[in-house]
Amino acid sequence: MRLMTLTAILALSAGSALAQNACATGKTLKEGVLTVATGNPAYFPWVLEDDPNSQSGFESAVAYKVAEKMGFKSDQVEWVRTSFDEAIQPGAKNFDVNLQQFSITEDRAKVVDFSAPYYSAAMAVLTTKPVVEGGATPDLASLKTLKWGAQASTTAVPMLQDLIGPDSDPLLYNDNADVVEAMKSNQIDAALFDLPTALYLSAVTLENGALLGQFPADRTQNPDRFGMLMSKDNPLKECVDAALTEITSDGTLDLLEDEWLAQNTGVPVIK
Amino acid sequence: MTLPTPAPGKTRREIHEARARQRGIVIASLSTLCVVAAVVLLVPLAPGWEAVQKSFFNGEIFLRTFPKLLQAFLLDVAIFAWCAPLIAVWALVIALCRDVRNPALYPLRLFAVLYTDIFRGVPVVLVVYLIGFGVPGLGLPRPWNSPYIWGSLALILTYSAYVAEIYRSGIESIHASQRAAALSLGMSKSDAMRFVILPQALRRVVPANMNMFIALQKDVALLSFIGPVEVLRQAGVFKSLLANFTPYVVAAIIFLCVTIPATRYADYLIAKQNRARS
Amino acid sequence: MTHLVLRNIQKSFGNKTVIDDLDLEVAEGDMVCLIGASGSGKSTLLRCINLLEPIDDGYIELDGLDISDPELDPQPVRQRIGLVFQSFNLFPHMTAEENVMLAPRRIKRLSREQLRPDISALFQRFGLSEHMQHYPDQLSGGQQQRVAIIRALAMQPEIMLFDEITSALDPELVGEVLDVLRQLKAQGMTMVMATHEMGFAREVADKVCFLSGGRILEQGPPEQLFGNPQQARTQAFLSAVL
Repeated sequence: MRLMTLTAILALSAGSALAQNACATGKTLKEGVLTVATGNPAYFPWVLEDDPNSQSGFESAVAYKVAEKMGFKSDQVEWVRTSFDEAIQPGAKNFDVNLQQFSITEDRAKVVDFSAPYYSAAMAVLTTKPVVEGGATPDLASLKTLKWGAQASTTAVPMLQDLIGPDSDPLLYNDNADVVEAMKSNQIDAALFDLPTALYLSAVTLENGALLGQFPADRTQNPDRFGMLMSKDNPLKECVDAALTEITSDGTLDLLEDEWLAQNTGVPVIK
Repeated sequence: MTLPTPAPGKTRREIHEARARQRGIVIASLSTLCVVAAVVLLVPLAPGWEAVQKSFFNGEIFLRTFPKLLQAFLLDVAIFAWCAPLIAVWALVIALCRDVRNPALYPLRLFAVLYTDIFRGVPVVLVVYLIGFGVPGLGLPRPWNSPYIWGSLALILTYSAYVAEIYRSGIESIHASQRAAALSLGMSKSDAMRFVILPQALRRVVPANMNMFIALQKDVALLSFIGPVEVLRQAGVFKSLLANFTPYVVAAIIFLCVTIPATRYADYLIAKQNRARS
Repeated sequence: MTHLVLRNIQKSFGNKTVIDDLDLEVAEGDMVCLIGASGSGKSTLLRCINLLEPIDDGYIELDGLDISDPELDPQPVRQRIGLVFQSFNLFPHMTAEENVMLAPRRIKRLSREQLRPDISALFQRFGLSEHMQHYPDQLSGGQQQRVAIIRALAMQPEIMLFDEITSALDPELVGEVLDVLRQLKAQGMTMVMATHEMGFAREVADKVCFLSGGRILEQGPPEQLFGNPQQARTQAFLSAVL
């Protein structure tokens, strides 16, 4: 009996070593382990229940799929938490890849590496029912007159200027919870988020929440694409990109999107 | 043996002191030069220096973000400008309430004691959050729910607690004989306070209050937590967009341009006061 | 006519008795000098008369009014009794003139213009006309003390109390302050003075009281008290200071 267990363990470890794709060998932080970072806390619907190990939630699921294509079994994926600042600070990183809705931008790419995009986000206008009843409509002329808010460390801030250009200066906040709080206090009328986050906030955290409209994901101006963040010139990048290309072309990524991110075609497109 | 002949118009003591001063300047310059040279030469040898330089001291990003950060700093200055006088007045009210001896007005005194205890005991940022989000949440209409109003109030309430204590220490530092002199002339207690004690006490606490107001100028940045885009928040936005910390360094430099002269001035006032007292 | 009467005055700080069953009468126009060692209760007695310190027991009568009644508002009483301190206690943030004008302005509701003629006259009388606009720290000790006397006089008190007003002065400045007191005496001001200036007391006082342990051990006209002291302790004190 004991012998059998031993054999099984040997077989397992040998198997995993063999299964590992040659590309990632020697390029990860810890040999045979892919260290993935998420936010603290990680939000729905990107990670469910703030538990990335569950493989539930879009980013958690994508991470495990990418790991699998790179030859890591699910028990070879380890999670760490980082803030945005930790992700971009100079010096050694404590993760191989970091995914927490990082938008790919040219400026950021000077400091860190991004993988190929794993999601193209529609931007949605989160507001409250009283504001909609007050006459706000999903067109730029109406949107300009609203009092705007956004989460300060996201690309929603420049996008707000570029896509809408509000009449008064927007108010900016540390995290989503504070944006919602300001909306509850009627200090702001509307806020710009990626569509999945906006859907979640309007459905769960913001009483009387409403989605006024969206800028679709396939817009040509100011697209917002999420990529996995890696340290600059990380040799792992080609392996991650290869894995992402694979799950994009075989339709796996679309399936995950369907599974975890509610498609909301009911949100009107902003003109 | 010949005695050294002193230079005309100078005592031996003066010559000695001039020489010692010269020697001091030379030694101080040399040792400073050594330390600066060590820093300049050694720090770049650190393996991560290039990355740190790119992230924190990026000249291109410095130039790109400086104008907008300076503009955002004007908001800090404005918030400071309307908070400071209100703090000076409200703190005085609190300080005087603590001195009330009339039993009918005891609730005032109790209020002042609780007030200073509570607001000195809670971190400023918590007060900013609680008042800045909490009070507008009660359903005030615009513009009365503005984060500028309630955030400023949070700063005013907190800083008044500290400044009130400074006032009180100033009042207590005025010798009892001044009060006795005023009372012996037949003046009322309130007149003695208003015309004799307070004018002296307020003058005496100017340096201590200068330090409080320097701290206030920095804490104004906490208002960014509830929405206003002042320099710290603007730097944070740039940091996110550019994935670079240089904007924070820019913000720090802008702050220092204001706070260092103010600190020096406060030190100068304190030194002047100490000289006058001795 | 008796102006100020003290009867059975008791005063202690904690369990330390400072004034012990003390009686004193001051007639109108008289100058009474209190002498005695430091700690004998002279200063406390003066502060009690001015109601800066409440007495524990006994009576103080001013012109027949019991001013020691604990229920009495001390403010109007103090206006009738001037007190000058050893350490001058001028208000350092005000000029000499402002020091003098403050109390009349606040209490009698008189404007600076209304007050100026009288106050200028006072400064002139005591030789301080050119110092009216000076701050206390620009004046010598003797000048400061004279301003303090003017400040008390500006309230037109009926009686003046002086608490060792020359003790903090350099010896060469004592004379100018004592000259002021001589002038006041000549004008008939009622005065009580705690002093170590024995020569001055002998020259000017109508009555000299020797205090020891919070009591008046001996009192009388100066020639009697200085010339023929009855008590052993008075003799010992006088032989030590004279």
